[in-house]
Amino acid sequence: MLDDFFIRALVAGIGIAFVAGPLGCFVVWRRLSYFGDTLAHSALLGVTIAYSLEFNIAVSIFLISSVIALILIQLQRKTNLPSDALLGLLAHSSLAVGLVVIGFLTFIRFDIMGLLFGDILAVNKKDLFIIWFGGALILITLKIIWKPLFASTVNYELAEAEGLNPDRAKAVFTVLLAAIIAISIKLVGVLLITGMLIIPTAMARNLSDNPQKMVIFSIIGGLLSVFIGLFSSLEFNTPSGPSIIAAALVLFIFSLLKVKQTIQLKN
Amino acid sequence: MSIENNVLVKLNNVGLKQNQKWLVQGVSLQVEKGKIVTLIGPNGSGKSTTAKIALGFYKNIEGNVEKYTSNIGYVPQKISIDWTLPLRVNDLMLLTENLSDEVINESLTLTGVKHLKDKSLANLSGGEFQRVLLARAISKKPDLLVLDEPVQGVDFTGEIELYELIKELSLKLNCGILLISHDLHTVMSATDHVVCLNGHVCCCGSPSEVAKNSEYKALFGEQASQTLAIYEHKHDHVHTTDGEIKKK
Repeated sequence: MLDDFFIRALVAGIGIAFVAGPLGCFVVWRRLSYFGDTLAHSALLGVTIAYSLEFNIAVSIFLISSVIALILIQLQRKTNLPSDALLGLLAHSSLAVGLVVIGFLTFIRFDIMGLLFGDILAVNKKDLFIIWFGGALILITLKIIWKPLFASTVNYELAEAEGLNPDRAKAVFTVLLAAIIAISIKLVGVLLITGMLIIPTAMARNLSDNPQKMVIFSIIGGLLSVFIGLFSSLEFNTPSGPSIIAAALVLFIFSLLKVKQTIQLKN
Repeated sequence: MSIENNVLVKLNNVGLKQNQKWLVQGVSLQVEKGKIVTLIGPNGSGKSTTAKIALGFYKNIEGNVEKYTSNIGYVPQKISIDWTLPLRVNDLMLLTENLSDEVINESLTLTGVKHLKDKSLANLSGGEFQRVLLARAISKKPDLLVLDEPVQGVDFTGEIELYELIKELSLKLNCGILLISHDLHTVMSATDHVVCLNGHVCCCGSPSEVAKNSEYKALFGEQASQTLAIYEHKHDHVHTTDGEIKKK
């Protein structure tokens, strides 16, 4: 069954949606959308390193994204620049360096479009293993740090005062973000991974009145986006990443109707 | 727990300097089981900073803090919740501890906001929110409660009720309370030990001692020392927070 490229893409997408839902909620709650973007941009550099050293792509991306996250934390401590400027600096410089390195690697043929926007044909059986095994690890870790991470998202001082060690939870969460970017790059692509994290979550916010519901709805939203996106990608021969994100956008627009209704009810 | 007595947290000559400026300096105090210690002082006198030092927020302090418990309930002075996070009262109650439904109901009933349990936090008034925060802090039955102006924004009768509740809790749970308050009336009536801060400890002692102290008078004015005449006039009924009238 897994010999069919479309089934493989679908299985990969389902795995990614399950992980992206809960992580995406924290990205939105903690206002990390642009941070996710920065990590994703640096992933391209990870890909080029993987190619030139003949290294596993997912592992290489994971390492590079983690390093970039560490550099960011150092820069935040040591410079007076605002966070968004530092994020921009890292995002674009790592993307630029990645593209320059690709220019030098003339002996390898690159599918740049595939890297940037995902490729439905690119997912092989080994990737499936990495997505499902890595995804399970990410979810288990998230479950373990859930309480301190969530409490410090609501209020850092409360979590700190009551002994939950929020700084450790934050550091672990950063690593998890790097990990999901690493496992989803083939299907969704460098430029659109943050969309996969935040658009289903934004849709879920419109439909939920408590955090658990929001997590569940964002998983459902992600799954629907993957199904609709991949089928249309097959049907219209469009790149997989943009198709999934466009499907997520349509779901988000539908969810706005619900918001409109509640606002009318309130009035 | 400390061996010698019931001390929960002890500050030994602590101080904190930020940007070349002392926020607070030379503060010594201790909170014991079943006792209420209140910090008073003008704005910027270092009350919240002292509470945060006691909680262990700062790494670079002068002096040292001895802490003998990790079961702490905290009501911060300011808390803003981002509305991108949909949160009901019940979710907030479960924030740092896994509590049973009964415990949650009991705590919310104590602070008079049980009817708000399934409401979204975004729809609460300032006073209601404050009551929920207090309920959350007491629900885990802490050894030490740190309350930074816990009744701000609560209506006048509610304020007295909540202070009475705080006093009751210190006895019932046998927990120590570090309280920060502006309201001299209630503070003076419901406290075992008062520490009057103004960047350093101006004076401290029992409420009646502090009220007589000249530095206290200089800081708060002559009138403040009369505050021991506690607010005392009786109603035959009380208004619960959901608007019902309850006969005493």
